[in-house]
Order: sequence, then structure tokens, then C-alpha cells
Amino acid sequence: MPLNKSAWEVLVIGAGIVGAACALELAKAGRRVAVLEQDCVGSGATAAGMGHVVVMDDSEAQLQLTDYSRTLWDELTAMTPDRHEFTRCGTLWVAADTEEFAAVWQKQALYQRYGIASQVIDRSELYRLEPNLRPDLAGGLLVPGDSVVYPPRSARYLLESCLALGGQLIAGRAVQLLPGAVRLSDGRVLESEAIIVANGARSVELVPELAIRPKKGHLLITDRYPGFVNHQLVELGYIKNAHSSEGDSVAFNVQPRATGQILIGSSRQFDAPDSEIDHPLLSKMLARAIEYMPGLVELATVRVWTGFRAATPDGLPLIGPCPNRPGLWLATGHEGLGITTSLGTARLLAAQMLDQPPPLDCEPFLPSRTARINEVSHA
Amino acid sequence: MPEIQVSINGQTVRVRPGSPVAVAVVLAGQTDYRHSVQGQARGPLCGMGICYECRVTINGQPHRLSCQTPCEEGMQVMTT
Repeated sequence: MPLNKSAWEVLVIGAGIVGAACALELAKAGRRVAVLEQDCVGSGATAAGMGHVVVMDDSEAQLQLTDYSRTLWDELTAMTPDRHEFTRCGTLWVAADTEEFAAVWQKQALYQRYGIASQVIDRSELYRLEPNLRPDLAGGLLVPGDSVVYPPRSARYLLESCLALGGQLIAGRAVQLLPGAVRLSDGRVLESEAIIVANGARSVELVPELAIRPKKGHLLITDRYPGFVNHQLVELGYIKNAHSSEGDSVAFNVQPRATGQILIGSSRQFDAPDSEIDHPLLSKMLARAIEYMPGLVELATVRVWTGFRAATPDGLPLIGPCPNRPGLWLATGHEGLGITTSLGTARLLAAQMLDQPPPLDCEPFLPSRTARINEVSHA
Repeated sequence: MPEIQVSINGQTVRVRPGSPVAVAVVLAGQTDYRHSVQGQARGPLCGMGICYECRVTINGQPHRLSCQTPCEEGMQVMTT
């Protein structure tokens, strides 16, 4: 029997950071919202993200969405930084050699065109900022406006803000989409005028035609070593390593937590059979980290875990109406940038659902583009 | 049996070779091995390397398990 047909107008599937952000945005606009979650709030890809709020420039659309979202993070955390474990540590992109150092200048020129502050760091400045880096690196680019949050807490904050505006959280697992309704594993059917699929890599279970593949990642966190790392450090080679669409990859990606702990990434892997720790890949990831920061080898590890990110063929999320499924909206496919882009995604989706002018061009993120991507990739 | 010397917060303590660092800390009269994030005093609980409550800094290296680390001549141990 259909449940509570009039209790909500919008049903969000997934209380990760993206679902929670979308739910809050619609609740703020006065819509009655319910959020469906099968596990804990922020326990999926949200818990497998580093919480690095970062401007990324693989494409112009990505640069605009991440830059806009970073502004929204600054606004969200301004009053309650502790609720997010927010720290403005900045990103230091590390150039290993002269070739990568040349890319630093290009990156800086690009950021300058978009009004994003960044600063080229020479070798001696690099070691002043980060004395634990290995000695023969070339320099880097400091992006001081980037920051770090603790994603599960931010997801909870967003969801609680939505609940405070009258939203509701429903425990249950969606197994099938019906026209205007969702069937749960326990047989319940939840009807809703609008449904938003925001459950990351699991969205293909409900919408099999989506061009989304689960991409597995590993994270490791150490004990507390305050001052060992001062900025989010990412190798410039990250861009070529992490975003190639095929094959396993690792990159040096190290983050200081507000607690003094050090969060170490990153690995990316398609077609992983399960969420178990892949020890050969973990070793490769740590070898890469130690290559850049030899002293890491002395630190004690507290925990290693994995998660699945929803990867799209062009590296951009799907934000907008689902083609050929009236009433169904998508906010998924954020891969490794979902923490940063969650807030921008919510604004873009809400603008489309409420028929309001969007803050950015929606076109590059429309789900309808993926049909074209599929044609290209199968050509 | 010959004894070796270790330093606990700058205080010299004589122990048998192979004694756990945790023992030398006790002999130095220390009861607070470390402090939790909220500032509570912590010390050895399980004695077998599971609980991580007995961590100390040994030769500049933080978070070493004092119950699992044997004393060596000249070792510098700091509690917090």
C-alpha cells in the first residue's frame, strides 16, 4: 500500500552529502522533503571522501562548479566551522620535476583568469611550508582558499538543517523505481511527485541506463602527529593518474586533519569485486606517499578503509532530469569530487526543479548528455 | 644481572636489559604516560599491545607502545 502520499513532494534517495545538500536546498525553498537512507547518514561515498574542498580544472565546467561550490562551503561553514571540522589549510600542488613545475605556471595563469587566488612556490619556499617532503622536488602551487571538512559530519549537518525545516528521514533500501514511486526491500512503496536519485555508485541499481561505473578508493588515517603536514598536499601528476578512465592508479594525496591525524590517499580502481582492502594496491598507494614524504613510514596507522565513487565517462556529475523518466531527477556521478561539488549540485538541481534561473550553466551537467557520450564511446 | 640506563623525562632509571619501557616509566615514578585529547591521564591497561593507552615518545618518535618496546641503553623516553 502506498505510504504518506501527501506527506512530502520530493523524495531523495540517499542521505550522503549530495542527497542531504539537495534535500536542504529544496526544504529551504519551502518544498516538503523526505530522505531515504539504507544505512547511516553519510556512510557511502561520503565516508570514503577526504573532505578536500578544492578547485579542480580538468574542464571549464568542472572549474566553474568547484569554484562556485567552494564559495558555498565558505558560506556554510562560516558560522559553525566546528560542526564540519573545517580547516582552511589550502592545497599545495607539488611539482616533482621541471616539467611539472612548468605546469604550475599554466595552472596559475588559468586560476588568475577565473579570479582564484594561487601562488607559485619555489623549492626553498616548498620546504619551509612542508619540511617533511623529500628533498629534490621542484616546487608547487599554493591555493590558499581551498579547505578541508569532515564529510560525514557535514552530511549530518545538512540533513539536520533539512529536518529542522520539516523534512523527514526514512530508513529503508530502495530496490525499484516505479512511475512516481519507489519500492523498498521490505515491500513498502513510497510515492512522490518528484524523486531524486542521489545514491552515488548504487544509482545504477535503480537506473540501469546511467553511464556510471563504481570506482573503488582506499584511504588510510594515522595517529595524531600535529605539524607533520600543514597543507593538503597533492602531486601534480594526480590529474593524469586519477582521471584516466581505465586501469588502477595511485597518487600522492596527503591531508592534515584538525585532530593532528594525517589522512593518506589515494587509489582509484574500476571493476573491483568487493569493498575488501586490496593489499597490493594499498602498498602501491603507500609507496607513492612515502616516495614524496619519507617520514610517513615511521607513523602509526589507525585505520584503512575503502569506498566506491560513482564515475561518469566525462568526469562530470549528472545533475538534472533523467531522460525518459518523468518526475525523476538525478544528482549522482560525482566521483572523487562529491564533497566539494555537493553544495553547487544542490543549487543547480533545485534551480531546475523550481524553474528558477541557475547560478551556473546547467548544460555540461545535464544527464541527457550521457546518451551522446555513450554513442561516442561505443563508436 | 647487568643493568642498563634509560632516561624518562630526563630522569635516569636503571633497569634490566629487555625490560619493557612501561616498567622504566613506573620506576621513574610516573603514572601519567600520556594524556587523551580531552586531557585525561592515561597509562598501561592491557599490557599486550592492544589498547594503545600506554603510548610514549621514544627517541623522538611519538605513539610508541611502552608495554611492547624493550628498553635499550641510552633510550630517551618522554611522557606527556
